[in-house]
Formats: sequence, structure tokens, C-alpha cells
Amino acid sequence: MAINTDKNIYTVVFAVLMVVVVGSILAFVASGLDGRIRENQRFEKQQNILYAMGVHENEDEGNVNFVPTDKVEAEFSKYITEQLIIEGDQITSDDEAYLIDLKKQKSLAKAGKTPKLPLFIGEKDGLKYYIIPMYGQGLWDAIWGFIALDDQLVVQGVYFDHKGETPGLGSNIKQRYFMDDFTGEYILDDTRYAGINVAKGNNDPLNKIKDDNEVDALAGATITGNGVSAMIRESVNLYKGYLETIRAK
Amino acid sequence: MALLSKKDSNLILDPLADNNPITIQVLGICSALAITAELKASVVMAFSVIFVLGMGNVAISLLRNIIPSKIRIIVQLIVVATLVIIVDQILKAFAYELSKTLAVFVGLIITNCIIMGRFEAFALGNGPWRSFLDGVGNAMGYGVILVVVGFFRELLGSGTLFGFPVLGNPIEKTGLYSTGYENNGFMIIPPAALIVVGIIIWIQRSRNRALIEEN
Repeated sequence: MAINTDKNIYTVVFAVLMVVVVGSILAFVASGLDGRIRENQRFEKQQNILYAMGVHENEDEGNVNFVPTDKVEAEFSKYITEQLIIEGDQITSDDEAYLIDLKKQKSLAKAGKTPKLPLFIGEKDGLKYYIIPMYGQGLWDAIWGFIALDDQLVVQGVYFDHKGETPGLGSNIKQRYFMDDFTGEYILDDTRYAGINVAKGNNDPLNKIKDDNEVDALAGATITGNGVSAMIRESVNLYKGYLETIRAK
Repeated sequence: MALLSKKDSNLILDPLADNNPITIQVLGICSALAITAELKASVVMAFSVIFVLGMGNVAISLLRNIIPSKIRIIVQLIVVATLVIIVDQILKAFAYELSKTLAVFVGLIITNCIIMGRFEAFALGNGPWRSFLDGVGNAMGYGVILVVVGFFRELLGSGTLFGFPVLGNPIEKTGLYSTGYENNGFMIIPPAALIVVGIIIWIQRSRNRALIEEN
């Protein structure tokens, strides 16, 4: 029997069936894989935090090499000595602070409420690292990262990542040659929390001047670069209160 | 080769040259311009499109007699989107690193006009096997151009291929750079891709004059 596919009722029934079938396939796949995906994301966060404080398997030049996923949990509990939640003047310790969704907390801060800000304290070779998570906006979508400071608020390492910056241009914020430039830069400009600007034409492409609050920009990625600058500035200003207490020590 | 009949093998081979989706039909240009700044991204995109277009063409071809013509475009979109999301989820669970590289392509694949174009022009009127060949062929034709453009843009723009420096170190002035050669920063921005694609179109049409459209 040939079906008359031009009838309105057929169209409606087909559409409904299609949505139900596709919806259940997707729901089935999503719920089946959810556990694994979450675990992967958790490992990734731990890898990123460790990377910012210099715990990684990088060779002299070239690519970003994280601590392998099968070792990351052990390494994370070894190097990260304390995880704090800063809520206004209250500072509490919480071992799952790294799972806090920073996007939500940042919009709370914007709405004038008190956000719960996570901060990680790491220790390696007798040095203390204060690792601040960051979240911001690139050209197409979200960008985020971690910045590790020492007690003089000098940058000891950063990690950036992005959701959908242009491959070959903005996506290069997660390349070694861009991230390595930040090491040694100051967050402070005298007493102002200036952050670090991703600057075009700062006449310092090798980044030898470390106290100018600037690193060299990526060609063809102006808006992503501006996003990185804004993200660092906003994030360090959110943690200003706590960072002042470190500096005073 | 007896594996495919002459007619079937043409389905694969035509889009690689004289009926190329990018240079002849000028479809899928947006993603060709956006992601060809590096060779690696081009290759990944090419393989993703081969998979999605091959599978999508089969799915549409199987459904071709029951899809109501009034909503066929929406049905096609749903098929592509579902395929892409399933692939993305599976990669996220089992090959997390790879899925992060691919994340940016997901949206680009769904909106790629070659995919909708092949569904409309071919899969709706042909059987699954021929549709599969047509899908793979067209995606390969698209991929070839992507890889060629990516090769030249990465080589001339960054002096690297697949991220490996092949022309020396531009900062320490070694290799080719010691002669005063500089990377061309223009090559890594999207307009350069338009020019490279234009040159490919020019070369192809001057070699085969039959391809030149009449005005």
C-alpha cells in the first residue's frame, strides 16, 4: 500500500514519531555515557590545575603534556594541599572546591550577591602556589583557565582553554608558546590589580620585559586575546581581598 | 577494478575533480575558509565530514520514501544533528582528548551546505549503497581541497606542518629564516583562504576549459 505522504495528518504523525525516536536515542546515549564523561571532565580539571602550578610532563619545547589520567588523582592530592572556598569574608576548606561551577559564581558576583569562589593552594619543592580559576568570554564562546601565583603575586604558570575559538588563531591560547609567556609577569601594577594584557605591538615579542603587565598577542586573534586580558583582570579583582592577605604576610 | 561498477566508481571519483563540491559547486565554503589555518584541523574536519555525510546519506536514503516532502529539510537537519551529537558523545566518553579537538567542528558540520545539498540532490532519489558512495565521494572532494588549502596556509603562514616547524625557527632565525625569509601573517587569517581557494579554482578551470561557466 502506498502511503500518501502529502497529507497533513501524515506530516504531523511523522514529525511526532521522529522527535520521539530521535529524542529517546539521544537520551539513551547521553544517560549511558554520562558517568564516563563526567569522570573525564573531572580528571581534566585536575590536570589543568596541576598544569598551572607546573606539575606536568612537558619537554623543553613543543606541546602541552599533562599528568596522565591514570595518575592524576594521586598527583592532585599530593600537590594540592588545600582547597578553599572564599565567600565574602568567610573562608572555608572544602575538598571538592574544584568542582564549583565558576560561570554561575561569576554571574552571582555580577548580580551583586556574594559568590562562592574556589581557590587552590599547592605546594611543590617548598614553594607555595595560589591557584585562581578564571572564566571569561572569547570570540565565539567561553574561555577559561587557571593562573598560579606565588606569595609576591608573580605568575608562576597559567593554563588556558576554550570552547570554540577559531582553530589556528584564537585556539592557540592553549599553546605552549602563548602560555609560557605569562610566567614571571606581575599581576600588580604598583598597587593596582592590573592583571596581564595581551598586547599587540608592544615591541617585546620575546617577552623579556616582565614588569610591564603585558605579553605579546597572537596574530589574527585580537578578540580572543582581549577576552584573555579581561578574564585575568576580572578574576584577580574578584580575589583581591584574599590576595591582599597573602601579600601582607 | 571490479569492486565497483563504472557508474558507482564515478560517484566517488567525480567529486574529487570535475564536480568538486568546493571549486565547482562552491558549497561548504564557510567552513573551508574558517578552519584551514592549520593542516591538522583540515584533516580532522575532512574525516568528520566523510563519516557524517556517508552515514547521513544512507539514513536519508533509507527514509526517502516515507519522509513527508513538506518537512523534509527539517528531517534532514535532525538526521545530521543526531549523528553528529552521538559521535560527539561517544568520543567524549572514550576518546576525550580527540573530542576536545573536534568540539568546534560539531556546529560547523551541521551547517555545512554540502551535507544538506547531497541529501536533497542525491540521497532523496537513490538507494542506500549509491548514496553512501556519493556521500563519501563528495566529502572526500571537500576534504582534498581543505587539506590543500590547509597545507599552504600553515606552511606560508606559520612555517609549520601539523605543528612541526619545517622551515626553521622564526624567532632564532635558523633554517630558511636566516636568509631573511619571514612568515606571511596574512596567510593565517580567513581572507587568505578565499584567495587560495580562488587560485585552485583558476588553475582547475584553465586546465579544463569545459568547466568554465557561460555568463
